[in-house]
Amino acid sequence: MRHACLAVVLTLWAAMAAAFEVEDHRLYPGTGDAVLRIVSTADLEVFEPYLLAYQAARPALSIDYTVVSSADLYRALRGGAAFDLAISSAMDLQFRLANDGFARPHRSEATAALPDWARWRDLIFAFTAEPAVVVLSTERLAGLPVPDTRQELIALLREHPERFRGAVGTYDVRESGLGYLFATQEARSTDAYWRLSEVMGRLDPQLYCCSGQMIDDVTEGRLALAYNVLGSYAAERMARDSGGRVQILRMQDYANVMLRTALIPATAQQVEAAGGLIDMLARLGLRDAPEDWPLPPLGQSGDTPFTGFGPIRLGPALMVYLDPLNRRTFLEEWENAMEQR
Amino acid sequence: MNTWSIGRRLTLLLAGVAALLSVLSWGMVTSLAQQAAERTQDNVLAASATTIAETLRSEQGEVRLELPYSAFSMLGAIGQDRVFYRVTAGAELLTGYEDLPPPSAALTPGAVTFDTGSYRDEEIRMASLTRLVLAGPGPVPVTVSVAQTRSGVARISAELSRTAALFSVAFFVVAVGLSAFAARASLRPLNEIAAAVSRRGPSDLRPLRRAAPAELVPLMSSLNRLMDRLGQSIRRSEDFIAEAAHRVRTPLATVRTQAEIALRTVRDETEKQRLRGIIRAVDESSRSAGQLLDHATVAFRAEDLSRDPVDLAELAAQTVAALEPTAAMKDIRLRLEAERAMVRGDAVLLDNALRNVLDNAIKYSPEDTTVVLRIERNGREARLTVRDEGPGLGDGPVEALTERFRRGTNTGGIVGSGLGLTIARDVLQAHGGHLHLATAEGGQGTCVTLALPLS
Repeated sequence: MRHACLAVVLTLWAAMAAAFEVEDHRLYPGTGDAVLRIVSTADLEVFEPYLLAYQAARPALSIDYTVVSSADLYRALRGGAAFDLAISSAMDLQFRLANDGFARPHRSEATAALPDWARWRDLIFAFTAEPAVVVLSTERLAGLPVPDTRQELIALLREHPERFRGAVGTYDVRESGLGYLFATQEARSTDAYWRLSEVMGRLDPQLYCCSGQMIDDVTEGRLALAYNVLGSYAAERMARDSGGRVQILRMQDYANVMLRTALIPATAQQVEAAGGLIDMLARLGLRDAPEDWPLPPLGQSGDTPFTGFGPIRLGPALMVYLDPLNRRTFLEEWENAMEQR
Repeated sequence: MNTWSIGRRLTLLLAGVAALLSVLSWGMVTSLAQQAAERTQDNVLAASATTIAETLRSEQGEVRLELPYSAFSMLGAIGQDRVFYRVTAGAELLTGYEDLPPPSAALTPGAVTFDTGSYRDEEIRMASLTRLVLAGPGPVPVTVSVAQTRSGVARISAELSRTAALFSVAFFVVAVGLSAFAARASLRPLNEIAAAVSRRGPSDLRPLRRAAPAELVPLMSSLNRLMDRLGQSIRRSEDFIAEAAHRVRTPLATVRTQAEIALRTVRDETEKQRLRGIIRAVDESSRSAGQLLDHATVAFRAEDLSRDPVDLAELAAQTVAALEPTAAMKDIRLRLEAERAMVRGDAVLLDNALRNVLDNAIKYSPEDTTVVLRIERNGREARLTVRDEGPGLGDGPVEALTERFRRGTNTGGIVGSGLGLTIARDVLQAHGGHLHLATAEGGQGTCVTLALPLS
């Protein structure tokens, strides 16, 4: 019997361990016993100000912050991992969690103030709108015209293959949930995506899991250009390290705008504290001035700040590309385009 | 029988009907809204399932499909509902939620069937569609099911229901107002008839002649019949009184004559005294009988009053002349100060009234005094004032003295019937005038004013 129990515990533990790979973790001890366990895709350096602000308002609360990839976050919550709040940039995975009943509703004045497109069924709440951008290394692109649209970008890559070979970075959409979301939405919205992918594929692209690393590599000159990078991270890096070595570009023909969303998992214990943090984030999402926060607000109208394109819609259509058949088809096409050796 | 006001009853009844209609219409709109919303959801679900089914194809003996973006984005149109789907080829799951309940009915290819069920603790609506796809050795039935929770439908129908409820309440309020108005309007003829009846004088028993709604005609005719019977019965009793008075008067006159003859022949002073008493009593009885007769006359003639021009001065002179002997017996002087005053009326009745008032004055005046009768015009009225030097009206209420058989508190031993002032008042009222009693200036004597409208 004891052996059986032990076996079960071991299996569970193994399953949990296998379920997600922790990228970063920090505990912010409070004066009380309650611990708010947050699982998030946002890097600590980006999200720490929010945590500190929340803890300043509730000194008794300890905050346990775990950074994982969006796919791991999704798998962990589906596997029943116990967290009180899940924050992710992969809207589709967040949506699927809510749709399939892994989230619990939260209702408050702050969330009611959110526009309709920024929440779904009182289960998911968006609090930032972050565009996908192109980050260029000014050094390595010296003398070349700065592209404004995908057409110009394609032309640039085609005309100067020597400069870009091995120096173009983008998400590995097989690994990154956010990269997959950006890629599928872009493939749906603009024909240029596949042509661009093919052009990039011929240039031996570097594939990344995360925006941060891509931006680092551009900053350090290892990459000439990173495509589909989270603009908020890029802006934050630039602010910290303004050597003028990187330039952020927003494509004028189409730009994805991602909503970073929070949800309270069905397994949450500290529901009230998690709701409080969501309220704080929602209020920050509705602020008018940029203020001194690392992540941008929602922007009240939903489109003005971003070249006329609204954010990716929070709705059942997000589940389309999560379908295994669709995903398989998409990844096949993507691999064909990206890996032409 | 219920004594509730008809108006209130009618209003309540109409308001009740309005409330019933409001609730019914609200219920109908609510159920229609629910149906419409459900049908919309069904259509969207069917369109979604069809769109997915259209992508079904066979590649190398395998069923392939692609979920079109639009198939799911259209599901967001109704509201924020959870979406579940499943695609099976035969018994094998191709994609989607394996544990989604299967379609209840056997599916014929191409036709969409709908199911309502429960999934993951929520009510869902599901559209299912089967297509035959050639894959491998033969055609495989591929079933596409798309399901959605129904909170959007519930929200839409709740919103419409709330709006309908507001409209129903507004309708009800308006209907109650209109009901009150309608009740009042339909009761107006009744109120008009009631007002017409109550406007009438106390002795006006003429039948009502007015246009009335058909429903009120029976009431009016029974009212008229009642008044007719009442009039007849009053006339009968007046006739009876007149007849009785008349019959009493004639033998009384005989008794008086006999008593006077006896008075002249009798020597003994005690006997004389007794006879005088008899004569006095007979006089009083005869007077009372005369007054009863007068009263009946007044009642009879006032009913159908003639309106001849009458000069009050002339009339008064005649009346004074007629009463002169009675006054002379008590050494009372009658003084007439008259100016010409024309009125319209029944000379017999006016004479009757004046005679009764003068008679009273003479009766209650002490011996050797003067009774002044003055006639003057005052604005649009003729005023006929009789003033005596008698004991006045006493302490009782003045107006009560005109009631039938009511006599003053200080009449002493004087015999009277209590009819005189009643007769005078009735005559004046029949002519549109009025009688006024007052104690004369200086506190000695009574002042009776007969006011009549000048012609």
